[in-house]
Amino acid sequence: MSILYDTDKSLKERVAASLDDDFKHNAIKTAQEVFYVGRGKLVAEMEGWEDLRRHAVEVRNHVTENLDYYVKKFATNAEANGYIMHYAPSGDDALWEVLDIFEEHGASYAVKSKSMMTEEVGLNEVLEETGIKITETDCAENILQTAGSKPSHIVVPALHFDREAIADIYRKKRGYEGTTVPEEITHYLRKILRHEFMEAEVGIRGCNFAVAETGSVTLVTNEGNGRMVDTFPKIQIVFVGIDRIVPDLESLDTMMALLPRSAVGAKMTAYFSLDSGPAGPGEIDGPEEVHIILMDNGRHTLANTEFEDMLRCMRCGACLNICPVYRHITGHGYGSIYPGPMGLVLTPGLVGYDDIDNMVFACSLCGACSEHCPVGIPIHDLIREHRIKIVEEGKNHAIEVPIFKALELFWSNVPVYKAGMVLGPPVMKALAGGGDALDASSAWIPVVKGWTSTRDFDVLSTKRFTEWFKNHEKLPTEQPKQNEEGGEQ
Amino acid sequence: MKIAFFPGCMVDMIYPEIGIAAVNVLERLGCEIEMPEKIVCCGQGLINSGYREENKAAARMIVEAYDTPEYETIVSLTGSCMNAIVNDYPLVFKDEPEWLERAARLKTKFFEFTDFIVNELGVTDVGAVFNDTVTYHKSCHVTRLLGVKEPPLKLLENVKGLEYIEMAHADRCCGFGGTFSFKQPVIAGEVVYEKCQTIIDTGANVICGADVPCLMNIKGALGRMRADGRLDRDIRVMHIAQILDSRG
Ligand code: SF4
Repeated sequence: MSILYDTDKSLKERVAASLDDDFKHNAIKTAQEVFYVGRGKLVAEMEGWEDLRRHAVEVRNHVTENLDYYVKKFATNAEANGYIMHYAPSGDDALWEVLDIFEEHGASYAVKSKSMMTEEVGLNEVLEETGIKITETDCAENILQTAGSKPSHIVVPALHFDREAIADIYRKKRGYEGTTVPEEITHYLRKILRHEFMEAEVGIRGCNFAVAETGSVTLVTNEGNGRMVDTFPKIQIVFVGIDRIVPDLESLDTMMALLPRSAVGAKMTAYFSLDSGPAGPGEIDGPEEVHIILMDNGRHTLANTEFEDMLRCMRCGACLNICPVYRHITGHGYGSIYPGPMGLVLTPGLVGYDDIDNMVFACSLCGACSEHCPVGIPIHDLIREHRIKIVEEGKNHAIEVPIFKALELFWSNVPVYKAGMVLGPPVMKALAGGGDALDASSAWIPVVKGWTSTRDFDVLSTKRFTEWFKNHEKLPTEQPKQNEEGGEQ
Repeated sequence: MKIAFFPGCMVDMIYPEIGIAAVNVLERLGCEIEMPEKIVCCGQGLINSGYREENKAAARMIVEAYDTPEYETIVSLTGSCMNAIVNDYPLVFKDEPEWLERAARLKTKFFEFTDFIVNELGVTDVGAVFNDTVTYHKSCHVTRLLGVKEPPLKLLENVKGLEYIEMAHADRCCGFGGTFSFKQPVIAGEVVYEKCQTIIDTGANVICGADVPCLMNIKGALGRMRADGRLDRDIRVMHIAQILDSRG
């Protein structure tokens, strides 16, 4: 996979497919509810939540403003810990580095834990093409890999399958013979994966935060499989985005207070690994050789632009969990590994505007995402900023330009507006068959049909408020009852 | 108190009765209302669709009309238009310092209708009587982006005869989103149908709000649901000003 998938379908087709799939549609709605309630409860009972958020914003901004310094500091300290550093300006560079490592060791078998960066560059596909076997060991990712499906959420990517569907996938693809009881399925997975952990030569993983001061990488999971990926195989490859760096352990603490609460409504996750180097001399456990792929892939270019704030993102998914659009169209509607509000900012930020269809217009700009983002990203403002850029760069649809030009004139010119308001109401009334609203039968009228295909449209009034106002007689004052602040209850 | 009134273009074009109700309420509270002649629309549909440059003409007209020393207090009947003026005009005018300064001045004078009544006039009981069950949609622009949360509820609380029933997820977007509604009708439809279902589930006979575009959207969807049988009773859609103007 790369960032965009499903590009042969239009946004409209992807949305229609998501809405048609009742199970998926309802599963996402229910999950949103669960995360939302969980997060809300924890945030309400946590003292100093807003202070934490402010601190996180400061820390993240500080790193972005001094990105080169922190990239270097992290790399230097990680190297001192015994890590082998590879700097990858682009996704392709990262892939070459990984292929070189496999070749150098003659390795052909890898296990992997969940990592957005590897998805971003399409690592699995590339490795498989060269004959390397790679197994996703995160349960959800393994389900997706086995089913050949795409992620529908950044934190819980297999949200669109229920246990029946999951059992079925393993029955068909792997010969699973058990029931649909979740414990039984996970037990089965544990059995087949355990074997793979033992056999694999290389472990590939992501990193939630990289600590500059100590040269450490972290892994936040709920299953423990990630921990086996990062301890069993003798060779390790860690993907680190340059926007994952925090200055020190104290700032890591702030991020870790915000992340699980925002992501899944939990105080902490079941597993949290802080790794600072390969196995030392004489140590029995742990990998012998660890490579860190420090990947930019477009992040540097986001710094110093209108979209710089997005580099604060910690991929918690809180914005997806509150979004009124995501809950209906699901991750698959967007067709990006980064869906929902954060995806509408990040996806075009990383891939540009040519291949994203109408994606950034799939948002009502309600601002719920910005309100919930733990690191205060003005997400909806940035989504609109993409729209402004699209128009500035002439990448908007030529067909809509005359409509907006007409609106520009109509909305800013009193005589034109007045003339429109003389002509408009009778025409609309006629179109509405004399009624008060354009109903379903008016779904043929250009422009308006966008609205009337799903809702009635009230016709323009023949009476105008501004006219009434000019001629109305002022009502006499009544003695109001005042509230406490007014002092005259 | 002398105030300037900003109705929002939808009130002028489609729902004059909402503007009339608001003027009645404010006048009974002793307001001397003025309204400039040369106004049309705040133009937010343009910048929200990416047409920042094209929004300038409408924005200049609004600033020109309201940024005068005579107007010290401006009351807006529509949350999203006010949000556009106070929060988005700085972006529209980002490369025009002179207009930017005028827009910034305007920001300090603007008040949302319910916020004005409760926090500026200090009134929570306007003497309204409304004998029915009512639910309130917490519009995104009023509630989240302008931060006006308590005032509308305080006002409703003090309306005699009114029984308030809160809907689930009252602050979830209705799916209007300006041109989003036209450009993405399927998604917008899905969002507003769900909003309508939460309204229907309250059992209330009236849904009210403080932002005109949302009400138009909700009314349009309830109408469609009534027509195709998803809704089997009439639910009235009203602006909060109409409830506050009611005398039973
Ligand atoms: S944008 Fe904010 S809320 Fe969304 S994933 Fe990133 S950090 Fe979380």
